[in-house]
Amino acid sequence: MSENTIKTPENLVYEKTSVMTDRVLHYCPGCGHGTAHRMLAEAIDELGIQGDTIGVAPVGCSVLAYYYFDVDMQEAAHGRAPAVATGIKRVLPEKYVFTYQGDGDLAAIGTAETIHACNRGENILVVFINNGIYGMTGGQMAPTTLEGMKSSTSPRGRDVKTMGNPLKITELVAQLPGTYFVTRQSVHTPANVRKTKKALKKALEYQKLNKGTCFVEVVANCPSGWKMTPVQSNKWMEENMFPYYPLGDIKVPEK
Amino acid sequence: MARKGDVVINIEKCKGCEVCLSACPNDVLALSKEVNSKGYHYAMKVNSECIGCANCAIVCPDAVITVYREKRK
Repeated sequence: MSENTIKTPENLVYEKTSVMTDRVLHYCPGCGHGTAHRMLAEAIDELGIQGDTIGVAPVGCSVLAYYYFDVDMQEAAHGRAPAVATGIKRVLPEKYVFTYQGDGDLAAIGTAETIHACNRGENILVVFINNGIYGMTGGQMAPTTLEGMKSSTSPRGRDVKTMGNPLKITELVAQLPGTYFVTRQSVHTPANVRKTKKALKKALEYQKLNKGTCFVEVVANCPSGWKMTPVQSNKWMEENMFPYYPLGDIKVPEK
Repeated sequence: MARKGDVVINIEKCKGCEVCLSACPNDVLALSKEVNSKGYHYAMKVNSECIGCANCAIVCPDAVITVYREKRK
């Protein structure tokens, strides 16, 4: 079979989902945000709920998420996405509502909103991208920054005596009775990307059951903030982030 | 024999992050010497070993890769 006959519509196995717009992503080369966006978009596409989904964009690198998802989107004030999503879900309970937040948004300024939305058991999906740094503003230390990890505001590495310990907010919300499904995934290898999509799809399906908040953490890289190449940053993430933020399901629905 | 595949890369959207290179089991992709209009060395196909596994497309943060794979005979 010659090469030209392979590129036919019936042989197509993978292309960008139509739930993502054609805009060029503003993220840095190799940033995990793009893959996380696409997996969420593919989950929405496969469930056929594009017209019934409402997303809430955060403040941070993913502040422009509404440009990329071809679903109804709402921008929230810094950290307040779960509160805004609560309002949307209560007014329109038949819609699928998700928030997409980074660690600076969800685990720092928005800790109260996150914990209380999860504690109330709001029927929303919270997608949490954890790269251990404030990427958008120039790589400052975030609550999730690892011990000893260098950032622009912890140039000698994070010292837990004066700066506190890295916050495992996903384990924290898993303790709350309001959460239904809590998991931690990553998007740096094909296998992990597929698992992330499965988790996001499951979380959106659970929303129909009205059982509580679904919380999906995606451990991601920040090549610019960590001052590494994308490939190096993925390796660094495997070696340093995963021991502290182990991947896998933290709370799964009881059968 | 493995089924043959092919990739189409949207070179204008590619940012040359190289994540797809290590995801490819057959080393089909490499970065170009030329740059696109944004100045990035883009990913390109350098041999015909592609099996259409779509690993490159799945890890691509910018969704620039479209994958084809011939049907089972």
